[in-house]
Amino acid sequence: MNPQSAIPNAPRRTSPQSPEPLILAFCCHYCAYAAADLAGSMRLQYPANVRLLRLPCTGRVEVNYLLAAFERGADAVIVAGCLEGGCHFQEGNLRARRRVERAKGLLREIGIEPERLEMFNLSSAEGGRFAEIVTEMNERVKHLGLSPMKPDAQSIQAAMREMTHEADERIASEPSGRARGSAHAK
Amino acid sequence: MIVADRKKVPEIRDMISKHTKVLLVGCGTCVTVCLAGGEREIGILGSALRMALRLAGHADVAVDECTIERQCEDAFIDILAQRATQYDAIVSFGCGAGVQALAERFPNTAVYPGLNTQFIGILESQGVWTEKCSGCGNCRLGEFAGICPITRCAKRLFNGPCAGSRDGKCEVDADLDCAWQLIYDRSKALGILDNFDAIAEPQDWSTGLDGGPRKVVREDQHIAGLGPKA
Repeated sequence: MNPQSAIPNAPRRTSPQSPEPLILAFCCHYCAYAAADLAGSMRLQYPANVRLLRLPCTGRVEVNYLLAAFERGADAVIVAGCLEGGCHFQEGNLRARRRVERAKGLLREIGIEPERLEMFNLSSAEGGRFAEIVTEMNERVKHLGLSPMKPDAQSIQAAMREMTHEADERIASEPSGRARGSAHAK
Repeated sequence: MIVADRKKVPEIRDMISKHTKVLLVGCGTCVTVCLAGGEREIGILGSALRMALRLAGHADVAVDECTIERQCEDAFIDILAQRATQYDAIVSFGCGAGVQALAERFPNTAVYPGLNTQFIGILESQGVWTEKCSGCGNCRLGEFAGICPITRCAKRLFNGPCAGSRDGKCEVDADLDCAWQLIYDRSKALGILDNFDAIAEPQDWSTGLDGGPRKVVREDQHIAGLGPKA
C-alpha cells in the first residue's frame, strides 16, 4: 500500500488549498535545464511553484503541449530555450518561438491572457537569469491572478484521490517483493 | 489538393455550445497536408474548444477528438460509424466534401464545419499554399503553356496580357505574378511563342458550376445498386 495514502491528511508537496500559482517550464536540456541546475548549485532563490519539464530541445514543443498545460490548470507556461543562434539542433528554438506565438494567438481566441505564456532564451551559464525568469513569470501571474482554467480545490482533491487510488491498485497488483526480495536473498 | 484553413475558436464554440457531446473529426488527407484539419490540429482545437466552452459557461459540453483517413469516402467513415452514435454533434475538420459526406452518413446528428475550404492548390513554400485550379470542367492548360489563366489571371483573360501587367506583376495586387507574363516566359522557353498568334476561343462554361452540382460517371465502372449511396 502507498504509505502516503495510509495516513489521512498527510502533508503533501502540493497542497490543494494553496493559492500559489503553478508555473510549468519547458526547458531545453542544453541551456535552461542546465541553468536551473546551476541556479541550484549557486543557492539562488526562485519561486518553488515552478515545475520543470526537460526536453532535448525546445523544438520539441508543440502547440498542443502548451494548450494542454493550460487546460490542465497551469497558471503560466515558460518555454526556455538556447540563445538565438546557439541551438544544438540549429533552429529548434526559433521554431519554438513561432509555435509559442501561435499558441498565444489561440489563447487570445479562447479568452485566456496570452501573457501567461512566454518564450525565453538563455545559456546554460545563466543560472541567475533562470531564477529571474521564474520570478518574473511568478510576479506576472500574481498580477493576472490564477488561471480561469484552474480547477477548484475540490476537483484537485478528487483528482489526487483518484490518482492515489490508481497507484495503490497498481502497487497491489504487482507481484510482491519481486526485485528487492531477490536482492535480499543473496 | 484541397486547401483549407481553420475557423476561429469562438465561431466553432458558438456552433456547438448548445450540444452536450461533441466529436471533432479530422481528415487525414488534403487538410492534414495543408495543416488545417489533421490529427495534430484536431488535438490543438480540441484543447482550445474545451477551454473556450468552459470559460463561456458551457463546461458541461464534452468534446472528444478522432481522425479518419479520408472523410470524403464512405468506406473510411465506417470506422467512425459506431462511435459517432454516442455524440449529438460532429464538427468536421475536412473540406466541404467531408462535412457533407458526414452529414449524409449521420442524418440524425448535427454536423458543423470546423474549416473554411479555400481552393484546389499546391504548397508554394513552407506554410504558404496558392490556388492553381478552379475546377472549370474543361481544362485548357495545354493552350496556355501549363499555366491556368482562369485561376491565376485576376481578370481571367484568355487573350492576355492586359495593360495592367507591370514588371511581371499584376496591377490588381503588386504581390501577384501576372499569369500572362508567366505564360509568355514559359512559352518562350518551350519555343511555342507562335501560340500567341492565335486567338484563344471563349471558354465553354457549360461544364462549370452553373446548372447545379456536377457528376462524373464512368459507364465501365458503374454498377447500378452497388456502392455506399446505392
